[in-house]
Amino acid sequence: MTPERRSFTLDSTLETVDNAEQAASEIAAENGFGEEEVLQIAMAVREAAVNAVLHGNAYDPAKKVSLDFERTAGDLVITIRDQGKGLDPAKIPDPLAPENLLKTSGRGIFLIRSFMDDVQINPSTAGTEIKLIKHVHGPAADGKEASQ
Amino acid sequence: MTLKTSTRQVDGVNIVDCSGRITLGEGSVILRDIVKDLLSKGQKKILLNLGDVNYIDSSGIGELVSAYTTVRNQGGELKLLNLTKKVHDLLQITKLYTVFDVKDDEAGAVKAFR
Repeated sequence: MTPERRSFTLDSTLETVDNAEQAASEIAAENGFGEEEVLQIAMAVREAAVNAVLHGNAYDPAKKVSLDFERTAGDLVITIRDQGKGLDPAKIPDPLAPENLLKTSGRGIFLIRSFMDDVQINPSTAGTEIKLIKHVHGPAADGKEASQ
Repeated sequence: MTLKTSTRQVDGVNIVDCSGRITLGEGSVILRDIVKDLLSKGQKKILLNLGDVNYIDSSGIGELVSAYTTVRNQGGELKLLNLTKKVHDLLQITKLYTVFDVKDDEAGAVKAFR
């Protein structure tokens, strides 16, 4: 049976990034996503975890990253929260702009948006919450067929 | 699996065979150090064989861009060889596929260096 919700509290370390990616890969597979989608979801979670650990919590051992997976009727909803200063989505440069193409960073959020169906970024003074949503195609957690 | 590399030379071109993952942390650092080491020895023709690289994240993409610009700024050339579908697709969506000189045949890639 697929659990409807799973939560993790993680340290602000590089290991967290790998663990978050691994958890996402397993949970996405359990929820019936195909190989390609599992890879996309895992990569989106990895990128969000990198942002939380590096840019949000800045490796501060006192700060944690929370990771929640929730299976709703139609979606897999993944929420990642850090305890940093808060990311302003309006200030994220477009990595596809010609002047940014050769920059060595700044592609994480773009990749997340490319791989997920919906991405919501909610910054606050307590940190940043990023919600990653992927529509499910198989039977939902409540046994009903999900809409596509 | 982190990044593993070995370097060989063919007709003056340094071919770096890479396998594993190029991701934030060790994988990116390994790639950076190899390119830095080759440049420090005056080796400015570098062909990164990514045929066995099964995963790359945004930090790894950034590291490829950094390697490309660093080599180019020193008057050298860096090309990519044998992209897996995953890496190919990532370079496509980030619009970097046309920035890099990407080859799928080693002999042809070696000849393409000036």
